Amino acid sequence: MSRLPFYLIVGLLLVAGIAASVHRHIQFEIPWLPGEQRQVWEVEAVINFNAQGGPVEVNLALPTHQTGYRVLTENTASSGYGLAYQGDERGRRAQWTIRNAAGNQQLYYSVQMLVSPEARAPIQAPPQLTSSPWERPYDTAATQLIERAWARSANNMTFARELIRDINGEAQGENARLLLTQEAPSALIVRLLNQADVQAREVSGLLLEDGRRRQPLTTWIQVFDETAETWSIFNPVTGEQGRPENLLLWEMGGRAVLEVQGGTNSRVSFSMMTHHQPASAAVRNHHSDDTLLNFSIHSLPLEEQALFQTILLIPIGALVVVFLRVLVGIKTSGTFMPVLIALAFIQTSLLTGLIGFLLVVAVGLVIRSYLSHLNLLLVARVSAVIITVIAIISIFSVLAYRMGLNAGLTITFFPMIILSWTIERMSILWEEEGPKQVLIQGGGSLLTAVIAFLAMNNSLVRHITFNFLGVQLILMALILLLGNYTGYRLLELRRFKPITEDEQTR
Amino acid sequence: MSLLKNWTSPFKLRDKGIIGMNRRNIRYIGRYNKRHLYPLVDDKLKTKLLAQKYGITSPQLIGTVSTQFGVKHIGDMLHGHGGFAIKPAKGSGGKGILIIERVEDDEFIKPSGARLSIEDIERHVSNILSGLYSLGGAPDVAMLETLINFEESLLAFTYEGVPDIRVIVFKGYPVMAMMRLSTAASDGKANLHQGAVGVGLNIATGAALRGVQFDRPCYTHPDTGHDLASLVVPQWDTLLHLAAGCYEMTGLGYLGTDMVLDRHHGPMLLELNARPGLAIQMTNGEGLRRRLDLIEQQPEGVPVAQRVAFAQKHFARRSELVSDEPTVTHA
Repeated sequence: MSRLPFYLIVGLLLVAGIAASVHRHIQFEIPWLPGEQRQVWEVEAVINFNAQGGPVEVNLALPTHQTGYRVLTENTASSGYGLAYQGDERGRRAQWTIRNAAGNQQLYYSVQMLVSPEARAPIQAPPQLTSSPWERPYDTAATQLIERAWARSANNMTFARELIRDINGEAQGENARLLLTQEAPSALIVRLLNQADVQAREVSGLLLEDGRRRQPLTTWIQVFDETAETWSIFNPVTGEQGRPENLLLWEMGGRAVLEVQGGTNSRVSFSMMTHHQPASAAVRNHHSDDTLLNFSIHSLPLEEQALFQTILLIPIGALVVVFLRVLVGIKTSGTFMPVLIALAFIQTSLLTGLIGFLLVVAVGLVIRSYLSHLNLLLVARVSAVIITVIAIISIFSVLAYRMGLNAGLTITFFPMIILSWTIERMSILWEEEGPKQVLIQGGGSLLTAVIAFLAMNNSLVRHITFNFLGVQLILMALILLLGNYTGYRLLELRRFKPITEDEQTR
Repeated sequence: MSLLKNWTSPFKLRDKGIIGMNRRNIRYIGRYNKRHLYPLVDDKLKTKLLAQKYGITSPQLIGTVSTQFGVKHIGDMLHGHGGFAIKPAKGSGGKGILIIERVEDDEFIKPSGARLSIEDIERHVSNILSGLYSLGGAPDVAMLETLINFEESLLAFTYEGVPDIRVIVFKGYPVMAMMRLSTAASDGKANLHQGAVGVGLNIATGAALRGVQFDRPCYTHPDTGHDLASLVVPQWDTLLHLAAGCYEMTGLGYLGTDMVLDRHHGPMLLELNARPGLAIQMTNGEGLRRRLDLIEQQPEGVPVAQRVAFAQKHFARRSELVSDEPTVTHA
């Protein structure tokens, strides 16, 4: 049995992988290291609507230069539509038009925003105060709300904060509830602020998080600070002042984000991802010529790119698992369960993820031990465990939220089916081999998951796997080589130690 | 240095000829055990029927139950039999095995003295059929076997459980053997990692080479206090012939055979394992590598008797338990 074909395949994979990576490095000037780079956010807006068979006019608000972000390039994809960019002092907008369209329509707009801390928004004049009178009995309620907040505040900023708390906070009074029947909370806050001669407006923003898809815009409130001549941002729910680091303002003119004429069911959703570009290349746009050799994930739509950023990390996790099992000999429950747990850790952050995982598995084991008394068939039992896991996760989410731990909400990122199987396996292990084996295998799984997480969350690894597809071939070759390893595992050096001992005594 | 005292170097292991998991999986199981032959050993019923065909002694089959409907007739099936054992055909690790020592006035008495009714027996069989004890919960078949009467000379070496003999058969040659004695620590089970005593056996004679509990040498049975040095498996040649014959029977090149000794019928095949563990190296204080290498050089198609004789000649060893003063003193 010759191993020649095997080594030939491994060699081919290695050569092809290295060649493809070097080609990308030289041809596209993608650096090996993620350092000395600028962070760029790619945001893609997808507009969906049903055209009614006549002329259609679509109007979408576009982001502009603003505090912390600068617009690099923008692209649209909209076959058959006429496109015009319009800009005035209240912001920029894109207008798509077509004479005849029917059925489901999709329009794409994508923009690259460069993160630059020194970027400033263009000076904007405060808008005219628009004040529309309330009808009875709302007018007295509004006046009372304003007076209450006014009395407890010192300036425009604190006034806005108090007003938001009165309307959205726990101290929500009858007046606020009455007015909320007429207006949405943020619109009501702006209207009341304007009524008290404070310049304010509603803005729409996007919370940037790497790899998110189908995100909506969120509403924020801007209040004009007359002394400093700047706009301050308030969270309309908590009344917190200040712009979150990752907030990209999309629409600042107080107008609708999306207007569609001649279509129904229109909506816009956003996908986003971040990557790093060399400071010089960040300004250049290299989407232009996609040949076959430039086989790059970057040629895909942004939504798929964000998905691939995660998918391309899985081989790294698999390599870690193969390494730990074949070379070290760590026992895990479920071969690739640790990789999935590590993927969940990427979403939840390590500490929250660990605590959440231990909580869910521990409670699951307790409940599962009762289920084993019921003598159920396997599929029914595991299904019952799945429902239990979902219940545990829901309860923990609600509890965490009540206690003000927003991090607890990320527990929902855990793969529930996998968790259920983990609980099932550990429970059987407990019954057959005792709690010690459960600790060994559970600990082994967690250790593997943490190591896989550290490897996959490393910015260098992310940079390399995402930008150099050839690395996947190298990983494949490494895994094949490991699969051919007949030597001892690290832990076997400990296991077989007693045999070597008598040799010395003889 | 103290951190490293529990560890050894890979070179020492290689010098001793120890085989690791990876080598076992790739070089032996992967190369010599064809996947399509696995069901023959994973299903005890198939193993047993095959053993009958090849004239390899195994506990006598009273009958099988494969449908819930058949559970009702189990009373008739057991009629006239004294002791018996009920096993799931696809069970693993001794799960779901019910031993009935004798039957008195429609009551079934377990070795522990507990009494069961026919309803209890039926429920147990029904659980086996629904897959409670099988791998992955797949539907299973219940096997009813006559009880094994254990060889009395060996009973002194075990606590509660069954002393079984594991012989590794490589390409039809018995290469290494051990006996597993259950202890109080192992809860009457013959699982080495749960605290059963493993005794390496001399392939030439069936006499004990050395004893190991929890990977440490031991010289007497921890519960019965019996001296392991006096342990010699009777009818050793017959046992080796049986074990070696399993190669022709299954076609599996790297095979673990589990045997027991019956008072009347001699050595019997209990079950086969296509993925035998490596702990046998610990109990023998020797690696498998040299023996396997030697066997790999032997030609195919050698008859059983010749293979057993070859193994007995080449793998003979002196016991570490008797008359070797220096080894005893270090205990």
